[in-house]
Amino acid sequence: MHVPDGFFDAPTSIATGLIAAGAVGFSLQRANREIRETGPALAGLTAAFVFAVQMVNFPVGAGTSGHLLGGALAAALVGPWTAVLVMSTVLLVQGLLFADGGLTALGTNITLMGVVTVIVGYFVTRALLKALPKRVGSVVPATTVGALISVPVAALCFTGLYVIGGAVDIPLGKLATAMVGWHILVGLGEAVITAAVLSAVVATRPDLVYAARHLQADLVLVDADGNTSTVSPDKPIAAKPAGRSFGVGVAATLLVAGVVSLFASAHPDGLEFVGAKLGFESAAKDSAVAGSPLADYGVSGIGNSQVSGALAGIIGVLVTIAVGLAIAKIASLRSSARAEQTDLMQS
Amino acid sequence: MSGSAGDGLLVVVDSRIHRLPAQVKIVALFVFVLAVVSTPAGVFWAFALYAVLLAACVALAKLPVATVMRRLAVETPFLVFALVLPFVATGPQIDVLGVSVSESGILGSWNVLAKGTLGVVAAIVLSASTAPRELLAGLERLRLPSTLVAILSFMIRYLSVVSDDLHRMRIARESRGYAGGRAGHLKAVAGGVGALFVRSFERGERVHLAMQSRGYTGRMPQLATSGAARNQWLEGLTISLLAVLIAVTARVASL
Amino acid sequence: MSGPSIHVERLVFAYPDGRQALYGVDFTIQRGERVALLGPNGAGKTTLVLHLNGILGSVAGGSGSGRIQIGGSDLHREHLPEVRRKVGLVFQDPDDQLFMPTVRDDVAFGPANLGLRGSELEDRVQEALVQVGMQDHADIAPHHLSYGQRRRVAVATVLAMRPEVLVLDEPSSNLDPASRRELADILSGLDVTLLMITHDLPYALQLCERSLLMDAGRIVADGETRDLLGDAELMAAHRLELPYGFDPLSVPGPER
Repeated sequence: MHVPDGFFDAPTSIATGLIAAGAVGFSLQRANREIRETGPALAGLTAAFVFAVQMVNFPVGAGTSGHLLGGALAAALVGPWTAVLVMSTVLLVQGLLFADGGLTALGTNITLMGVVTVIVGYFVTRALLKALPKRVGSVVPATTVGALISVPVAALCFTGLYVIGGAVDIPLGKLATAMVGWHILVGLGEAVITAAVLSAVVATRPDLVYAARHLQADLVLVDADGNTSTVSPDKPIAAKPAGRSFGVGVAATLLVAGVVSLFASAHPDGLEFVGAKLGFESAAKDSAVAGSPLADYGVSGIGNSQVSGALAGIIGVLVTIAVGLAIAKIASLRSSARAEQTDLMQS
Repeated sequence: MSGSAGDGLLVVVDSRIHRLPAQVKIVALFVFVLAVVSTPAGVFWAFALYAVLLAACVALAKLPVATVMRRLAVETPFLVFALVLPFVATGPQIDVLGVSVSESGILGSWNVLAKGTLGVVAAIVLSASTAPRELLAGLERLRLPSTLVAILSFMIRYLSVVSDDLHRMRIARESRGYAGGRAGHLKAVAGGVGALFVRSFERGERVHLAMQSRGYTGRMPQLATSGAARNQWLEGLTISLLAVLIAVTARVASL
Repeated sequence: MSGPSIHVERLVFAYPDGRQALYGVDFTIQRGERVALLGPNGAGKTTLVLHLNGILGSVAGGSGSGRIQIGGSDLHREHLPEVRRKVGLVFQDPDDQLFMPTVRDDVAFGPANLGLRGSELEDRVQEALVQVGMQDHADIAPHHLSYGQRRRVAVATVLAMRPEVLVLDEPSSNLDPASRRELADILSGLDVTLLMITHDLPYALQLCERSLLMDAGRIVADGETRDLLGDAELMAAHRLELPYGFDPLSVPGPER
């Protein structure tokens, strides 16, 4: 689903850039505690895992293949905030280290694949966990459904973006049907892999699943004299549902993004959007790299590289960086103050 | 494999461009791509000049042309697709987005091809001339939040380890007679991926333990880098500034 | 520092997933001793050593009980930074221990966390690399080193913190014979208290005069390495086997 450069016009790129920056900045702040306890290594390894798994293609049909996006899975495993950072990191590495196009479409890609899939996946997972039996195993079906839904929703968001910011007039219904229909198939693959990964984790290390931390059974401890006692397992991070504050953050970002893009579109400053007149269905990219062997990728770079054919997307990226830095600055000021207090406790 | 995934696309030679600080190169890449994408598609001579500038970069960086072309070849399916697009009336993808053969369609195709190729070659120059560690240090210098730099650093360090794990698991699967089939494929892949996650996650835990054992308390040490001197900025940005000049001229000329 | 290097009393621990690994561990190691920790897979050896610098256990907020003293003083939350400097842990898989972009960054990680900066830090890194003979590889990325070289760098990352107790988890595993001997030369030349988990019984005999035998979360034997290895009944009861043709009574022990 990697969106190529130049797909959207400048205001849309700015808007998605802002959303991405806001989400990353906000996640940095919220994930700070998770990352201090479990370490950046865990997030980094999760990112390396997502990166590697995105290279594994599965057949979707009609001779094409898709690959795991991993947003819902990552959210269930490491929590939504860390997951946003993990997905953003994957996209950044694909762009910078492997010349995998995408530098100018970074904001759009982070928004669709790093934020939308994570949020949708996580909220569906949480909602279903409330309905399902209260045990760790419930996280498997809950997240599977979350993963299944997250992909077409991201496709729908893509469609929405295209309707707002695509330069070619296409009937909304037609585009939405094609995109969502296709991505339900991709979502099925996503769901199968997500279910398999979570089953494996629940079977071997149930304590690792972030979304199910609150469902763990108490521990029975046998001491040196053979006496048993029951203790509650250590819960390093309370799995709090993503609360109101996140909604507020997203709403604020959207508002800012909307206002800025209004201004931007009120001043079409002569940037020409010829490139955006040419659209590429994301499935085309998937089919282009069907079965590309992972073995070669260390040498020749990522198989699914796209050509950057961008124009105004760059503005989105620049704004992304500026806003992200500002937010991160604020976050780091706050968190370093907090870090001083908790250094000893956390170590 | 001639290189491991942890090295990205790095080509190990010594050149002026390799020696430039990474932060300079990252900024230069952004400025260059910005200039290229804001050039009107119809001003063909501008793109020719960009190509000359990039060719000079590739030569300065002493990158083997064959290597650059081979990496560019990874994009070929997409390029072919772009070329074919304006002329194909039906088909699932094109039908969806309603592109027809038109002058603007052809110009659009050229636009994507030209800007796309230039952008990718520019990105290849960066990633082939900059070691991952330098890239990280550059991003740190450019004030990317330290938490992100830390995650990036661990991700890059363990990319090769995780990829090797995945590779070994694939070989193990295939050596047990698994040839791959449509229905069985997804299941086999999914099972392997589950095991891969547990491995990766447990390694992440062990790495964190190893870090704590050496006194980690939540702050990664800075990667030692020196700031870029003014003349390094000037040197690194020369080509990008030329590109900006071309972009401005092209825009004025097309008025 | 007074008192024994390591003193462990009635140590109990269960992992968050419910597996209990330690069922009451007791032992004491005096300063300057070299001790091997033997035992079958799953005996709790690695879990035990992760307690010695407060990574696991009640100090780290885990589920467990018991008492640990390092250098005569109780392991306490407030002492953790100091304890982690004193007790250096070398992990089994060097890839877990080498996480920075270059060897130099990696060896500098520990001392930098201790607050060292500038030339003092550089000297410390150089000193540690020389100790393991890896000074010529400082600017190489860890994944470009051979396995044996990575193991040596992993030892250097810990030596750079000038530990008083060095704890190694299976130092000789996966090493070719030459690398194994080189590492033994390095280890026997160090002036520290040494605790070494190993399945490599000749290695234990070569380097350590004393051994602890652990099984099912408890210490089941504690004595001279040669005596333990010579006790066929004890060995068989705990799934330990000497290499073919190896007679612990016929080879020299550690040179002290």
